[in-house]
Amino acid sequence: MDTTIKDMDLKSKLISTFHENRELFYKNTPAEISALKDIAIKDFERLGFPHTKLEDWRFTNLANALSHDYSLSIKPEYQEIDIESIFLCEVPDMDTYNVVLLNGWFASKNASLSILSNGTIIGSLAKAMQTYPHLVKEHYGKYANTSKYGLDALNTAFSQDGIFIYVPDNVKVNKPVQIINVTNSEEKLFVQPRNLFIVGKNSELTIVNCDHSLNHNVKFINSLTEVFIGENATLNHYKMQNIDNNSALINSIYFHQSANSNLTTNSITLNGGLMRNNLNIALAGEHSNADLFGIYLIDSNQLVDNCTFVDHIVPNCTSNELYKGIMDDKSRGVFNGGVLVRKDAQKTQAFQSNRNILLSDDATINSKPHLEIYADDVKCSHGATVGQLDPEAMFYMRSRGISEDSARMLLMYAFANEVINKINIEVLRERIDEMVSKRLRGELSICDQCVLQCKDKAPSVFNIDMTKI
Amino acid sequence: MEASKNNIIEEVTQGEYKYGFVTDIENDFAPTGLSEDTIRFISAKKNEPEFLLEYRLKAYRHWLTLEEPEWAHLHHPKINYQDIIFYAAPKKKEQLGSLDEVDPELIKTFEKLGISLNEQKMFTGVAVDAVIDSISVTTTFKETLAEKGIIFCSFSEAVKEHPDLVKKYMGSVVPYTDNFFATLNSAVFSDGSFCFIPKGVRCPIELSTYFRINAANTGQFERTLIVAEEDSYVSYMEGCTAPQRDENQLHAAIVEIVALENAEVKYSTVQNWYPGNKEGLGGIYNFVTKRGICKGNNSKISWTQVETGSAITWKYPSVILKGDNSIGEFYSVAVTNNFQQADTGSKMIHIGKNSKSTIISKGISAGKSNNSYRGLVKTTKSAVNARNFSQCDSLLLGDKCGAHTFPYIEVGNKSSVVEHEATTSKISDDQLFYCKQRGIDTESAIGLIVNGYAKEVLNKLPMEFAVEAQKLLSISLEGSVG
Repeated sequence: MDTTIKDMDLKSKLISTFHENRELFYKNTPAEISALKDIAIKDFERLGFPHTKLEDWRFTNLANALSHDYSLSIKPEYQEIDIESIFLCEVPDMDTYNVVLLNGWFASKNASLSILSNGTIIGSLAKAMQTYPHLVKEHYGKYANTSKYGLDALNTAFSQDGIFIYVPDNVKVNKPVQIINVTNSEEKLFVQPRNLFIVGKNSELTIVNCDHSLNHNVKFINSLTEVFIGENATLNHYKMQNIDNNSALINSIYFHQSANSNLTTNSITLNGGLMRNNLNIALAGEHSNADLFGIYLIDSNQLVDNCTFVDHIVPNCTSNELYKGIMDDKSRGVFNGGVLVRKDAQKTQAFQSNRNILLSDDATINSKPHLEIYADDVKCSHGATVGQLDPEAMFYMRSRGISEDSARMLLMYAFANEVINKINIEVLRERIDEMVSKRLRGELSICDQCVLQCKDKAPSVFNIDMTKI
Repeated sequence: MEASKNNIIEEVTQGEYKYGFVTDIENDFAPTGLSEDTIRFISAKKNEPEFLLEYRLKAYRHWLTLEEPEWAHLHHPKINYQDIIFYAAPKKKEQLGSLDEVDPELIKTFEKLGISLNEQKMFTGVAVDAVIDSISVTTTFKETLAEKGIIFCSFSEAVKEHPDLVKKYMGSVVPYTDNFFATLNSAVFSDGSFCFIPKGVRCPIELSTYFRINAANTGQFERTLIVAEEDSYVSYMEGCTAPQRDENQLHAAIVEIVALENAEVKYSTVQNWYPGNKEGLGGIYNFVTKRGICKGNNSKISWTQVETGSAITWKYPSVILKGDNSIGEFYSVAVTNNFQQADTGSKMIHIGKNSKSTIISKGISAGKSNNSYRGLVKTTKSAVNARNFSQCDSLLLGDKCGAHTFPYIEVGNKSSVVEHEATTSKISDDQLFYCKQRGIDTESAIGLIVNGYAKEVLNKLPMEFAVEAQKLLSISLEGSVG
């Protein structure tokens, strides 16, 4: 049973829905997490949805996205059939552990929690709360900031399911874990998945996260992910975003890094109505390193807002950030990158760079790379550029008989390639590379907009009979 | 060696602003607090025409609807606007008999800055000779300017003598609705300067508030308006390198510049107001709205500032590049020490085709101070081929200070090129070592290095100003580098 919102302020409706369905939200949650929910709903009541008066939301107005009649997916949609067989999807040659979230609920034919031979646990967060409450409790809600961010509070209050990954100490997970976050509904959906990833000491994990939508109905996805990276551990995180133009996607991730840990994140945004990526990295252990890469290629009326925050809490950490974007038509790109070097976080090295190309006079970019530095023995720099393709490079190619279109294509491709090259999984890199070049040629069909390559029956994928589900 | 270095650092960072307040001025006070009555009082006191009173009242009514902005990276106790005397007309300064009566430390600073004896007298209120001297100098200047048709007078004078010009241009760049402090200023401004350069005139001298005899004590709510007509040029200097003694805690000034076709205005500021003591008590709160508009094609406005004083600096000299091929420039050196806080930068709004702007900002923070660059570069859809280059460097001296950069870049067309780069670093040990190896002591070496670091900006100052500013930097750093 879904609760439909009609003619009511979304905020008050959400709050009353929460109170009306208390037992649903508190069901099976450990006491500590229930306590978090209590606080979170109050925080949300106080903070509400972010608005453009807030510094971090100056350029991204949610008002329109919030004005719809959403139905809240507050109960799981039980699947009797194998969702993966409907999609028939896989990345060619890429061997992964696949997990699927459908409308925010764990959806898989397999058990809702699978344990690999090396002790790694992958599966549903709701299930994990019941089976391994001690693991979940240790990190759940520790890194998100519900007292400051309304959307974090909302997610914490409402979240019931999502993906849970636990890698024990000293384990190198041999295959990437692929998380496919799919939305598909005949109604206007408001979903709030919650994920928790824990990487133990000396362990290594690669996550490929794909956001994907199957139809063009209006959706609002408020996703929150908390990630703990243990000492000496390595995490590679890839995020692919290809959703339809009617969706609003809020993707908040909190990475908490212990000493000597290594993080690489790569956000690849190829399509989406309104997308906001809140990427928060806390460098809480010495000698940890974070690399943040991102590319966004947008057109029509799309909006992509990358809001990153790197917090250098302790000395001797390094961070390196590179975000690149190409904006066409009436699209808008927002880059809001913060670096905070706290007092005594000496020997910090923090670099930040944002480069943009505008292809149309109607496209805009709002870039705000900012540094806050309270320690003196640091090396920090940031740069932001907005420009066009280098006319000299264009001339060089034209003079060698390359047509203007091809030359432009080549330059844009080269521009994007700097970020794509940072992808360490070869098959994924090749795939994304291909998608980007297709995207730049304007040939990217909706089906291609996913790492999931559908086998020869592209159109049928969009006509899933949801009554079967 | 390490120990002696630390000593110097200690000495230097703990050094106090040695020039307390001495002047005791008798005043015609307005009633404490802000109300329509206060504004009527100020307006009546100044014999202002009706339109100005209306303007003030409009601003005041709007101000009541506003809230003090909190977005800046500044922390200060809440200002109680009802606890301020908004108008205090200076009657006469207590005059000292000779320079011997002046604080010898102050004289030492003047000497270091290379300020002439007469000027020293003028600053310290020794007056007699100096004033006579300065009047004669001023008269000479006034004659030269009058010949060319240049109007350069106090704002009150301009209101009386040139009401049409004031009416036409006042508030045209910074409307009374602009921001909290600008609105406050529009309601209660005390006095300021007015400068008008007619068509085709190249102002032969550097105009300075300093040469205007009634420039002293323009009050805490200063208002400056500079209008450069077609094909004219003026270089304007505000403030001076000498330590300023001021009894007002809150300053909210407005500077407006209008540059018509082919006109060029160069505005230079050196601000060295009382920064508060080393515990962070006292000091001036300086909230300034400075904006120029390149209204005509091929016009140019250039801001250069050296900010070393004030407990709090909130200042964003901006240029609206409306004319095609117009040029905006901003060069800044901001030094903060002890508990000083500066949130300063520039705004460049590109509207005209082929408009170009350059921002060079050098922040130096020492002690427990915080120094932020905050700037906006915006190109609208109409600003075809706009070009901006921004560079913001921060130098940290000591591990308890902060340096921050908040650039906003908003580009709305495909042909603009906007570049921003910023670096933050501490003073290089290698450079220090190199200097010391050659027998230069730490203090001078730091002065040298910092001057080199700020050179790009200091070079943009008018000649005599530049020399003084360079010395001022060294002096500020004598007491500020760690």
